[in-house]
Amino acid sequence: MAHRLPSSRRSRLVIAPIVGAALLVAALAAGSSAASRTTPSHVSSAKAQVIVGLITKTDTNPFFVKMKQGAQKSAQQLGAKLLTAAGKFDGDNASQVTAIENMVTAGAKGILITPSDTKAIVPAIKKARAAGVVVIALDTATDPASAVDALFATNNYNAGLLIGKYAKAKFGSKTAKIATLDLSPARVTVDVARHNGFLAGFGNAKATASAKGFVKDSRIVCSQDAAGDQAKGQTAMENCIQKSPDINLLYTINEPTALGAFTALKAAGKEKQVTIVSVDGGCTGVRGVKAGKIAATSQQYPLKMASLGVAAVVKFAKTGAKPHGYTDTGVTLITGKPVRDVPSKNVAFGLANCWG
Amino acid sequence: MVETTPLGVDGEVPEAEAGPSFVTRLFGIPALGPFVALILVGAFFALKSDRFLTGGNLSLVLQQTIEVGTLAIGQTLVILTAGIDLSNGAVMSFGSIVMTKLAVDSGMSPIPAIALGLLACVAFGVLNGALVTGIRLPAFIVTLGTLNIAFALTHIYSGEATISGLPGEMTFLGDTFKIGGTAVTYGTVVMLALYVVAWFVLTQAPVGRHVYALGNNPEAVRLAGVHIRRLLVGVYATAGLIYGIAALLLVARTQVGDPASGQTDNLDSITAVVLGGTSLFGGRGSVIGTLIGALIVSCIRNGLTLLGVDSIYQVLITGILVIVAVAVDQLTRRGTR
Repeated sequence: MAHRLPSSRRSRLVIAPIVGAALLVAALAAGSSAASRTTPSHVSSAKAQVIVGLITKTDTNPFFVKMKQGAQKSAQQLGAKLLTAAGKFDGDNASQVTAIENMVTAGAKGILITPSDTKAIVPAIKKARAAGVVVIALDTATDPASAVDALFATNNYNAGLLIGKYAKAKFGSKTAKIATLDLSPARVTVDVARHNGFLAGFGNAKATASAKGFVKDSRIVCSQDAAGDQAKGQTAMENCIQKSPDINLLYTINEPTALGAFTALKAAGKEKQVTIVSVDGGCTGVRGVKAGKIAATSQQYPLKMASLGVAAVVKFAKTGAKPHGYTDTGVTLITGKPVRDVPSKNVAFGLANCWG
Repeated sequence: MVETTPLGVDGEVPEAEAGPSFVTRLFGIPALGPFVALILVGAFFALKSDRFLTGGNLSLVLQQTIEVGTLAIGQTLVILTAGIDLSNGAVMSFGSIVMTKLAVDSGMSPIPAIALGLLACVAFGVLNGALVTGIRLPAFIVTLGTLNIAFALTHIYSGEATISGLPGEMTFLGDTFKIGGTAVTYGTVVMLALYVVAWFVLTQAPVGRHVYALGNNPEAVRLAGVHIRRLLVGVYATAGLIYGIAALLLVARTQVGDPASGQTDNLDSITAVVLGGTSLFGGRGSVIGTLIGALIVSCIRNGLTLLGVDSIYQVLITGILVIVAVAVDQLTRRGTR
């Protein structure tokens, strides 16, 4: 019984891979000659229809769904062909690298990407640019920012600043006990920019846009990382309430976190004592503002990032002019209870322009 | 009575001598089904896109198979013994962080850093093997535990930060050479060489036959005088070493140490093994089939991108293929009994 492989089967085991290897080599050889043949048609087809690639962090986040819609609409209007791809989870660098390679092979003139890992994606972007492809970062800057041709994104520091100012105007001279629900220990740029922006708006002079890492603030009584996730936001807030029952101001990295935290506050009977401010402007989030769960949120515009990106690639394909530098796609403060001196729009505006 | 035979308990392929018809003999060839599937997938994309069958693109597909393809070699070894390894992606990720962090942040010279990274992966393999044989825990439970341990250690040791600025020795395998005008990475060659070695040992060396036999009938192997525990620990340790090599290939390909890498690779490598026709019950299958299984997944992903089809459909099609592949396999085996 221990002898599982009779000799006749073994000989076939030998043959199969050899045949496979021979075919592979033949394919590679045939392929390389085909490659040289197809070069001219590649050039002419590129003239016919510009190919634009869009690579998002995931397929499922409504933010990226909206981004894809914006890119599709813009590509349709401009007569371009859109290729899309996404990672399997937030932080999935390998899938994004693979997508860049495949899109370059597919003949994309430009690639729009929301990098999952701002550092790890850089070598792959470098290769694509060396192959003559324009790369534009959407929503999230690469590290270093110069790795891409251009960045179309929200100014996250400003997004934080707006809700910080709003909270300051609401609190006046009242003593604040702040809880912050941040993103993750990696402290990526968006995490730091929104957090510090919020503190700056709330009167912390040290929290400048160029500050590295989170600035210290004695008014913060509890800080937790919730990965931008509703369930984790709830757990984190439950723990914060245990630690400091007198919290009265809550900043969250995004609205799912805020809504999770609200659930925890409500369960503890503290939802009336805490002012929640957040960033994003997703439809669920804006409905949270409408319902009075979230006091104010800074709304950003993924659709605009994508449509500007597609237009820039098409322009490059037609004129050779590359996009460069940073383009702020803007933020708007959405609140049901406006305060003096901080410009804001109402919930109706927020719902008309929300994503998700 | 044929129908009442429990599936997979006796994973033996009917020998050619017993069923001499042409069809029966054809199904006896290991990895033939997956190979035909790969050809069909390739032919489909070649018809649909004039870029698919270019040398550059095929080289790219091979490159994109490196990570999961290499891990799947270790996974095949473990599955042939009727085990399973859920920890491989996390162990690879840990190994890649160990080697890159030692080289970049601790200033160690690259070769010893790589060696320690490999060693870390082997250590996890030995731990898996020791727990499976020593306390006789199911491999599923053991590797579920080590998956979490390796994942946590990766994030603790790296501080969640991506490590870049790697020395040239570490990224060398990502460099390319030309075969008839097509750029191929050295990493691709390493992966293919590993497959050849694994295939040779599994089919030609006595220890390889013991691995197959272990998945079929461990009692018979024990009675034949083979030290089962030593063999199993050896299999898991070898798998660990292969994960370490996968870590080096990954680092060379992406040119960074990325603590978030490898998170879905355990299931992806099992997918490659299953698509390649290896039985999850052990004792039956071939490592060449696994390579073909991994290539099928890569071809679908690459081809669909070339056609402009959304990436989520790649996952959908892979899921359907897994079920179809195993169903066809089971039906043909029942039919040829």
